[in-house]
Amino acid sequence: MAQEDRAQGDVLIRVEHLVKQFDGHIVLNDISTEIDRGDVVCVIGPSGSGKSTFLRCLNRLETPDGGHIYVYDDVDGDIRHGIDICDKTTDIDTHRQRMGMVFQQFNLFPHMTIMKNLTIAPMKLQKKTQEEAESYASELLSRVGLSDRASSYPGELSGGQQQRIAIVRALCMRPQIMLFDEPTSALDPEMVGEVLSVMKDLAEEKMTMVVVTHEMGFAREVANRVMFLDGGDFVEEGEPETFFSHPKSDRLKNFLGKVL
Amino acid sequence: MFSAFYDALYLNFVKDDRWHYLTNGLKVTLIVTLFSALMGVVLGFVVAIIRSTYENTGRMKIANKLCGLYLTVIRGTPVVVQLMIIYFVIFASVRIDKTLTAIIAFGINSGAYQAEIFRSGINSVPKGQFEAGRSLGFNYGQTMVHIIMPQAFRVVVPTLCNEYITLLKETSVAGYIALEDLTKGGDIIRSRTYSAFLPLIAVALIYLIMVLALTKLVSVLERRLSRGTRR
Repeated sequence: MAQEDRAQGDVLIRVEHLVKQFDGHIVLNDISTEIDRGDVVCVIGPSGSGKSTFLRCLNRLETPDGGHIYVYDDVDGDIRHGIDICDKTTDIDTHRQRMGMVFQQFNLFPHMTIMKNLTIAPMKLQKKTQEEAESYASELLSRVGLSDRASSYPGELSGGQQQRIAIVRALCMRPQIMLFDEPTSALDPEMVGEVLSVMKDLAEEKMTMVVVTHEMGFAREVANRVMFLDGGDFVEEGEPETFFSHPKSDRLKNFLGKVL
Repeated sequence: MFSAFYDALYLNFVKDDRWHYLTNGLKVTLIVTLFSALMGVVLGFVVAIIRSTYENTGRMKIANKLCGLYLTVIRGTPVVVQLMIIYFVIFASVRIDKTLTAIIAFGINSGAYQAEIFRSGINSVPKGQFEAGRSLGFNYGQTMVHIIMPQAFRVVVPTLCNEYITLLKETSVAGYIALEDLTKGGDIIRSRTYSAFLPLIAVALIYLIMVLALTKLVSVLERRLSRGTRR
């Protein structure tokens, strides 16, 4: 039985003393934080700071070397039951079904049509009928303005379109949290806006989101919390307004000085 | 001049129904190739799955070791030697059918090469595809079946067909265990008629025609598949 924990309030994910190293090199050094339901958390930091690794630990695409990540998705009255996904006995596949992930490189399935990309997981994993899966997928497709591409193949779409499809693919599983791993970094500049606007709509619908990004404008405008990672350390976090205008630590000041 | 050629043709192929050596031999060659290819596909597929599962997850350590040994031994020794070991050593005391022996030997041999072809196909699918599948909640097996295999298959088909062409030609050493395949058939005619030219040229032509037909088939298949992918 996986290690359990109970909590009250809106906490969805609690990260405790997370440690990750690659070949003895420490990438995440004792990270602790909480993510509440409806939070939009942007994670920023220089490249190699461990921000993508942090995100990938949240759905165990990277296996942490230490610490706990409790996911509180089992609501029982006011009490939430959290399950530690770092625990080897936790059925990670079930958890991943409720955590959507969007990658830098889109990673759409090139051998399937867009509609198949969107419906394969709900049909195989949630036992949805084809009609159910397709009608929900169509609804989401029209919301991102790509209804006419349902029968296209990913290779026929632009990067921005592919990334919007990738977001929809994750949403088709009706996740309770969405993880974004530098979703606009591989895009041509003129396509960044269309993807960010879809993400902004999601945030307005109160989707819980963790976004690793270099888009400071997006972080400032959409996030309710910004986290700064540097060299594997969790240096500073705060509301975007104070975070960007009055950074406390020198490391953050230094970083913001370079990117803003 | 022409009558001499007709005489030679008559002597080598018509007299005593000698062309039967070629047609019967061809039948044996085709049977051995087909079934050893099938055996190799199954064997190669299983080995490739074990190897890439170990590479991706660290599971099946012992099975992976055995597969590694199999690949090293089979790919490191000549197929004729393997054929003779299987016939004269392993099946020494039980006289089983030569065709079956040849199928087993060539099947085991081809399995090793096909395993590496499958594995390179699986490895050619970008890692992000695997992660995308897993992130949606598919487990390892489901990700392989629904996401990775269909993409690997498209990559692998042309190389796999070339392996079958190679296999077809390699079965010509089956004569070492006195199996009367196409090559052996031509050789028997040669030993009866004491003329080497016509029977051996005929054998070569038959192989060439089959290889050309298969090559044509591969290029058609290749075009079909690339049309389907639309990357």
